[in-house]
Amino acid sequence: MEKEGQIRIPSGCAIAAVISTEGKLMSGEGIARSMIPMHERSNGLGGGFAGYGIYPEYKDFYALHLFFDDRTTRKNCESFLKEYFEIVQSERIPTRTIPLITDEPMIWRYFVSPLPSLLIRLQLDEKELVARCVMKINREMSGAYVFSSGKNMGTFKAVGFPEDVGLFYRLEEYEGYSWTAHGRYPTNTPGWWGGAHPFTLLDYSVVHNGEISSYDANRRFIEMFGYQCTLQTDTEVITYIMDYLIRRQGLTLKEAASVIAAPFWSTIEAEKNEEKERHAYLRMMFPSLLITGPFSIVFGFTGGLMALNDRLKLRSMVVGEKEDKVFIASEEAAIRALEPDTENIWAPSGGEAVVVKVKEEAMKWV
Amino acid sequence: MGIDYIVPEFEVVRNEQRCIHCRVCERQCANEVHSYSEEAGMMLSDETRCVNCQRCVSLCPTRALKIVKNPCSFRENANWQPDLIKEVYRQASTGGVLLSSMGTPKPYPVYWDRILINASQVTNPSIDPLREPMETKVFLGKRPEKISRDPEGNLITKLPPQITLSMPVMFSAMSYGSISYNAHASLARASTKLGILYNTGEGGLHEDFYRYGPNTIVQVASGRFGVHEGYLEAGAAIEIKMGQGAKPGIGGHLPGAKIVGDVSRTRMIPEGTDAISPAPHHDIYSIEDLRQLVYSLKEATNYEKPVIVKVAAVHNIAAIASGIARSGADIIAIDGFRGGTGAAPTRIRDNVGIPIELALASVDRRLRDEGIRGNVSLVVGGSIRCASDVVKAIALGADACYIATAALLALGCHLCRTCHSGKCNWGIATQRPDLVKRLNPDIGSERLVNLMNAWRHEIMELMGGMGINSIEALKGNRLMLRGVGLSGKELEILGISHAGE
Amino acid sequence: MKRVYVNEEWCLGCHLCEYNCAFANSGKPNMAVALKGKSIFPNIHVEGDDKITYAVSCRHCEDPICVRSCIAGALSKSDAGVVQIDHSRCVGCYTCLLVCPYGALAPGADGLMSKCELCLTNGLGEPACVAGCPNRAIVYEEREVI
Repeated sequence: MEKEGQIRIPSGCAIAAVISTEGKLMSGEGIARSMIPMHERSNGLGGGFAGYGIYPEYKDFYALHLFFDDRTTRKNCESFLKEYFEIVQSERIPTRTIPLITDEPMIWRYFVSPLPSLLIRLQLDEKELVARCVMKINREMSGAYVFSSGKNMGTFKAVGFPEDVGLFYRLEEYEGYSWTAHGRYPTNTPGWWGGAHPFTLLDYSVVHNGEISSYDANRRFIEMFGYQCTLQTDTEVITYIMDYLIRRQGLTLKEAASVIAAPFWSTIEAEKNEEKERHAYLRMMFPSLLITGPFSIVFGFTGGLMALNDRLKLRSMVVGEKEDKVFIASEEAAIRALEPDTENIWAPSGGEAVVVKVKEEAMKWV
Repeated sequence: MGIDYIVPEFEVVRNEQRCIHCRVCERQCANEVHSYSEEAGMMLSDETRCVNCQRCVSLCPTRALKIVKNPCSFRENANWQPDLIKEVYRQASTGGVLLSSMGTPKPYPVYWDRILINASQVTNPSIDPLREPMETKVFLGKRPEKISRDPEGNLITKLPPQITLSMPVMFSAMSYGSISYNAHASLARASTKLGILYNTGEGGLHEDFYRYGPNTIVQVASGRFGVHEGYLEAGAAIEIKMGQGAKPGIGGHLPGAKIVGDVSRTRMIPEGTDAISPAPHHDIYSIEDLRQLVYSLKEATNYEKPVIVKVAAVHNIAAIASGIARSGADIIAIDGFRGGTGAAPTRIRDNVGIPIELALASVDRRLRDEGIRGNVSLVVGGSIRCASDVVKAIALGADACYIATAALLALGCHLCRTCHSGKCNWGIATQRPDLVKRLNPDIGSERLVNLMNAWRHEIMELMGGMGINSIEALKGNRLMLRGVGLSGKELEILGISHAGE
Repeated sequence: MKRVYVNEEWCLGCHLCEYNCAFANSGKPNMAVALKGKSIFPNIHVEGDDKITYAVSCRHCEDPICVRSCIAGALSKSDAGVVQIDHSRCVGCYTCLLVCPYGALAPGADGLMSKCELCLTNGLGEPACVAGCPNRAIVYEEREVI
């Protein structure tokens, strides 16, 4: 049977996320627990998490998480990495053996820093170099797959139910100021760990519930700029779109949101002056990055989260607050599992971006 | 004059029990097929003149008329088909190049008919256009590669000039001269009402139609007929016509007989002179020359109008399009070889060029491979016949489609393919005043508006089925297409999978 | 009131209006049955030459001179403004024909006068000449009378 990436597999999903605006650290146990009430939204074929602020001791290094099929691939990949990076630490990612998670690949992480001489020679900034190396490995190195590549953040994913994946990766041992989670309901059995979510590039991570109808329009456009959609998943293309709009084009989060979930023309026409001009401009400038069809996403980045629904709101998503914390989930039950006393639970409307950031002063010490 | 080797192609079948001798057929046939014999007290037919335009059939109040294929046939021969035999006879009697009109009738593959469209089931919802917004608005024009901000950090929202269309369809170039004043009036009025654009073709713009300027594309072709500053200023966009799908590699030819009155004035050439556009633009022998013309036109119009470069789909179209994209053009228009024409040498029409589906797929891919697809818009024409053709073209990668034959059909054209005779009984491809008046633009524009509205509804239904509620999410969305009965090579060029995959 | 108007710009001189009129007032269900082999006496007539043609029918004047001149009282103006003819009272004197400034009246097959009643009395409801005009040269509409 064909592996994910060779074919496109639609899937339904559950998502959840939490962030502390004060930058207070939370163990990963909570976010894993929040997925339990949404068990029915997954089918055991993929679960995963992304944590931000989890590697304070290596916060200046890119944390590369990789799956390897075998030792030879790992050795080859390591020698490739050494051509571009200084590797300050390499280790197996600690896991727990549990009966519900099987057939695991070799799971490693590397804390790396791009070689400065190389950056000068290639005339690239370090993020671009990291992004290119990640895509090169994922595209060309069979049996090796980078599934996390940001600074002071990490993704953990596997084939299984999300709560079991949390247990497997010992999430309770990590502490982060924000977490996102994903449980997957693919329509068939890819059985491949790389296909689970979140999908990440650099410190950007996306968890997504939906099946977008604009997929190939988006993919074929974004691939013009060096991105390779090797997995053929929505989450992958959305991550690249966000990277392109924010890092490469320099749009703000809200601007990027009004590209991918653009207001209808009828709405724009009713708007006033600058807002109208801005929205019209963004739609006309990036028409091929409009995403249609159902989606609810949580976009994670250093210091914040953004929640966004498609403009018709074809997927459920609610937001709640409690003290310094903001919660986002497919269902209120997930939020209640994390914090029973959550207040102000509301459902953002379609296309309405909810951006939550850790306060600037708090970011200094996370 | 000797023997006429060619038997009439059609037979006029008149039901004598129904015929009331009202003689409408006689009055309406510019080819003078019908006549009334006082002596015999009956209508007569001269079938040698009949082109099967069906004007008489449509107007006969008792439905007494039928035009049928003449069953008198040559001895069957799979190699020497009847058309070939007749063409030999015709050339043997005249010694001339054969002329034809409208698109090629030859049975070349129509790839649109080998492509199927997707719909949503279970994993994502289809969208009902009757209940939810469904957007078909399209902008055509150049897009910069990067955004820019002012010193305060605000987005600079000015874009290069754009064309706005309410739906991804435009009426493609048909010159005043090749078609009638009333046909132009119908196209101009319908475009204005629909919020789309029509195209003057290379015959200039009649002074009466300057008021439809915001919905007009003014064309600059190799003959430069009717081109002056006011003309360039008049339209919403300027199109440089390098080639036409029906006759790649040659120019246009409007016989002096059609250069009468306003046509001569609009073209700015003396009455009765043949209007012969050269095969190439004599100031464009290479791609760098094209760039100069593009920028000359932009200079002349203060960089306020997008410039379209229209080319015929030929073998090397991907590389040509890439060159055009780098030559300052805002929009590339590609015309496939099944496209129509008012007159073209038959051999060229039927044998030169490539199908638009393949040209579009390979141009779109090439521009993407080079990372410049986002910088230009792509318009395709050359036999876009219905709403599903439009949807397939957009999904293959086009921004919009050009239609002309379908528009003429809406105006009454019956595809008799004798436009070059100048005796169009439907008042479209003619300059004879008594025939021109047969096309009332009130009716013509209404029918064009109806046609486009019908297509827009169908486009919206098809989009909704796919779960897409805005046309931009359909553009280049090839995953929504599957081929049926196509070879691996054809699928590869089209960039789509086979049905079942 | 709604009247029949003709725009000569779009009149093709096809004469279909005449046949449609004759058929409409024939009372027959089929045009071939109604008109085959017969001369027609329509209430609308196409006039003109090879340059210009237009169809002429009753204008239903505000103050119809034909009504005033009818010696038999056959012509009258209805409350709605339609100039009507009572066939049984017509004596065939043709005074109306002579006085009509538009030449809109003509005798029928029986030699008595016949005229356009806007297809209001033959059960069609809409003038047949208008419905059958291929180029919308004949219209039936409300216009301000100057």
